[in-house]
Amino acid sequence: MSENGHHVVSPKLYAAILAALLAGTWITVQAAKIDLGRWNIVLALLIATIKMTLVILFFMHGKYSPKRTQLVIISGFFWLAIMLGLTMTDYSTRPAPEPGRSANPPVSAIYRA
Amino acid sequence: MHRTGELYGQYKTLEQQKETASLGMWIFLVQEILFFGGIFLAYSINRHLYPTAFGIGGNMLSLPLGFANTVVLIASSFTMAMSVWSAQTSKKQLVPIFLILTLILGCVFLGVKVKEYKDKFDHHLIPGHGFDITYCSKNPAACHLEGKDLADELKEIKEGVEVEGGETALNAHAQLYFSLYFGMTGLHALHMVVGAGLLLWLILEARKGRFDANYNTPVENIGLYWHFVDIVWIFLFPLLYLINRHLA
Repeated sequence: MSENGHHVVSPKLYAAILAALLAGTWITVQAAKIDLGRWNIVLALLIATIKMTLVILFFMHGKYSPKRTQLVIISGFFWLAIMLGLTMTDYSTRPAPEPGRSANPPVSAIYRA
Repeated sequence: MHRTGELYGQYKTLEQQKETASLGMWIFLVQEILFFGGIFLAYSINRHLYPTAFGIGGNMLSLPLGFANTVVLIASSFTMAMSVWSAQTSKKQLVPIFLILTLILGCVFLGVKVKEYKDKFDHHLIPGHGFDITYCSKNPAACHLEGKDLADELKEIKEGVEVEGGETALNAHAQLYFSLYFGMTGLHALHMVVGAGLLLWLILEARKGRFDANYNTPVENIGLYWHFVDIVWIFLFPLLYLINRHLA
């Protein structure tokens, strides 16, 4: 703790986080070049989430913030998860369209050549 | 009026005063998370509905430029964090140096983005009347495509046309991808421009020696904003650039 309450993170730790973020960027590019089917996106989002967590905890001092601030941070992702989660469970469980018939709006409705 | 970190009447301690400033910034950032969340949701739905067209669109972006920009932005977050450290440890002469480095890296990012946008313009990938997802496969010279790259592109487009049910359908769905690409990266770039403006002000103030261990709230809060913009890009990069790279 510094004299006025806010935690001082050492340049050493900042450099370690920088290295981890750069490594994560390299890994996510390499992982994208392998065909993992539907798991490609899961892996990409997992790596991005780990990188985001590192930025929030250390660069943004989330780890050293008061509980009240941490609650606000978590609440943001909680509401985001509700929005993305509930909407995508709807879309991903809709029945597949019959062959030759699209479940989506006709192309003419969204695009005119 | 110049604030120097003196205690204001409504707070009990300086610590409480600082925590309040940082809490307020976080509440703004939570709002930003949900603001960007809406556009991420639009992306998720459309990618779920048109995976083939989104894969083709993603492969039309430049992976080297996208990768380089990710590295640049992460480095700028590091220099921003270092400027906060310099202020917290009262190394007054270091604060503007790290802020200037952050601003330079931010400008490099925006410069690369301009180059990318220009390429998309040249390749007929701006949504609207001139949009043509097959332009590069039909005019390989204009897109500097040859050899394996061209063969891959032709194969990908041909398969895409079959899956999406015709060239018009593929074009329409690829336009959705590029609308989202420009919407998301454009909104992100706008945040970068705002951040660059804030940095400029911060540099001018820091050069006067305003920020030290006693008072550094503006450095810290603008730092929080800058890191948030970095986080948005950490997600944009894999979502926009790396959808179907194993096909390319």
